[in-house]
Amino acid sequence: MIRDITIGQYYPVESPVHRLDPRTKLFGTLVYIISLFFADNIGCYAAATLFLGAVVHLSRVPLRFIVRGLKAIVFLLLLSVSFNLFLTDGRTLVRLGFLKITDNGLRLAFFMGLRLMYLVIGSSIMTLTTTPNQLTDGLEKSLGFLNRLRVPVHEISMMMSIALRFIPILVEETDKIMKAQMARGADFESGNLIQRAKNMIPILVPLFVSAFRRATDLAMAMEARCYRGGSGRTKMKPLHYEKRDHMAYAVLAAYLIAVIAIRFFF
Amino acid sequence: MKIIKAANLVFDYIRRNEEGEVEDVNRALDHLNVEIEKGSFVAVLGHNGSGKSTLAKLINGILLPAEGTVWVSEMDTADEERIWDVRKTAGMVFQNPDNQIIGNIVEEDVGFGPENIGVPTEEIWKRVDESLRAVGMTMYRKRSPNRLSGGQKQRVAIAGVMAMKPQCIVLDEPTAMLDPNGRRDVIRTIHELNRSEGITILLITHYMEEVIDADRVIVMDDGKIVMDGTPREIFSRVEELKNYRMDVPQVTELSWELRQRGVPLPECILRKEELLEALLPLLKEE
Repeated sequence: MIRDITIGQYYPVESPVHRLDPRTKLFGTLVYIISLFFADNIGCYAAATLFLGAVVHLSRVPLRFIVRGLKAIVFLLLLSVSFNLFLTDGRTLVRLGFLKITDNGLRLAFFMGLRLMYLVIGSSIMTLTTTPNQLTDGLEKSLGFLNRLRVPVHEISMMMSIALRFIPILVEETDKIMKAQMARGADFESGNLIQRAKNMIPILVPLFVSAFRRATDLAMAMEARCYRGGSGRTKMKPLHYEKRDHMAYAVLAAYLIAVIAIRFFF
Repeated sequence: MKIIKAANLVFDYIRRNEEGEVEDVNRALDHLNVEIEKGSFVAVLGHNGSGKSTLAKLINGILLPAEGTVWVSEMDTADEERIWDVRKTAGMVFQNPDNQIIGNIVEEDVGFGPENIGVPTEEIWKRVDESLRAVGMTMYRKRSPNRLSGGQKQRVAIAGVMAMKPQCIVLDEPTAMLDPNGRRDVIRTIHELNRSEGITILLITHYMEEVIDADRVIVMDDGKIVMDGTPREIFSRVEELKNYRMDVPQVTELSWELRQRGVPLPECILRKEELLEALLPLLKEE
């Protein structure tokens, strides 16, 4: 059903990874991505594979959900792999007309492919195990230091979470408007691309009007419930680091040190 | 004790053209005076544009009067320093349930108000538990509001106000967008809160059936209070109500018509059972 769509495709199961503090997961993902750019030999990639495999296993998210995320980058993956494969200088192994595969190219292509795949899997593990709300909470808290630079961190994260709440409502509304316009003879299916884009106007205008009306109502309701920005506000679900978060950070640090060590000493 | 006092209230909606000149002034409230007793259940009736929603927004301090003053438990709503206390004391529930729920999960939405007024975390959880129980929505606490019915959403909104421990709740046509079942649930819930928690209720509506159990009914027309009394007093003045383009409950109208035709019925009948009781002996006599 249309109101079932979720953003960031959260996969609801109980697992040690799900229970981690969102900040731990955000920071962990960041560190993992950086480590992938550090990696330049087979040892580093072995460590990265081991780490990722362990996290995926712990998260209890089925593998097909994780692989699904890779579909989106198949084209990019093929492109970058073949560029690396055919256009790197080195000792020639195979020659196909003007294209040649070199030993360096083979190595680079292999690593580049792995790196891209791990990037996507690593970040989708985070979105699969964290609800959008936890994510905005985590962002608000970890970016809190930006407040000193007058970045309205609380307001931005409040906007994000309200947007998340209203996505299904607006999707439903779009559906309703579309049906109403179709009942009056609007045609959304025929014509070329430009024609079709033009045909969307009778949907977009009422949708915007209603979104603005909702925004006014919501602002009034929030004021009536004493909302006055982030200062002086307490949290119903404050973020706390637990023992498992400290453990996760320790594992993360061990992993990062291992990757750096392997890179420089082997 | 009076929880709400309004003296000489005037409010204008001013429409300006693009140059900022006044194009049209619409007087929503015209020198209105009203006092609401603490702990009472007051219903405000009125036709569209009678100024009843404006009155609600003035009590909560969302709008400020052009002339006159509103006091909510002795606090002037125009006093900027105390505006948050005013809103805490007189909570407000709006018409559209979708546009007043902020949280992505029911319990988070109920906690939104207490979070805003700086209640400590543990106390928030206690209040959320209590409020959800009071409106009978505890079993839905982990759900997304998008999956609830209109009546359930409206009860969540009421719980959200309850969690701020108000002394008074103003409900601005809370049932206008609901189906009959949802309407009954919401009305039952606010009666329950009025009885067991002693919360003053100001219910703004245009459904006659919802006001027959109120302690007091106020009828507004054209920015003024034109009738004020118990439901029985108000609904016995059928012709006057019709003048203000208002209906009376179906049973009341029927018995009024019967009285006009010479059937000896009591003055004002509000419920089906009353009419039955009055009619049965008459039929037996025949």
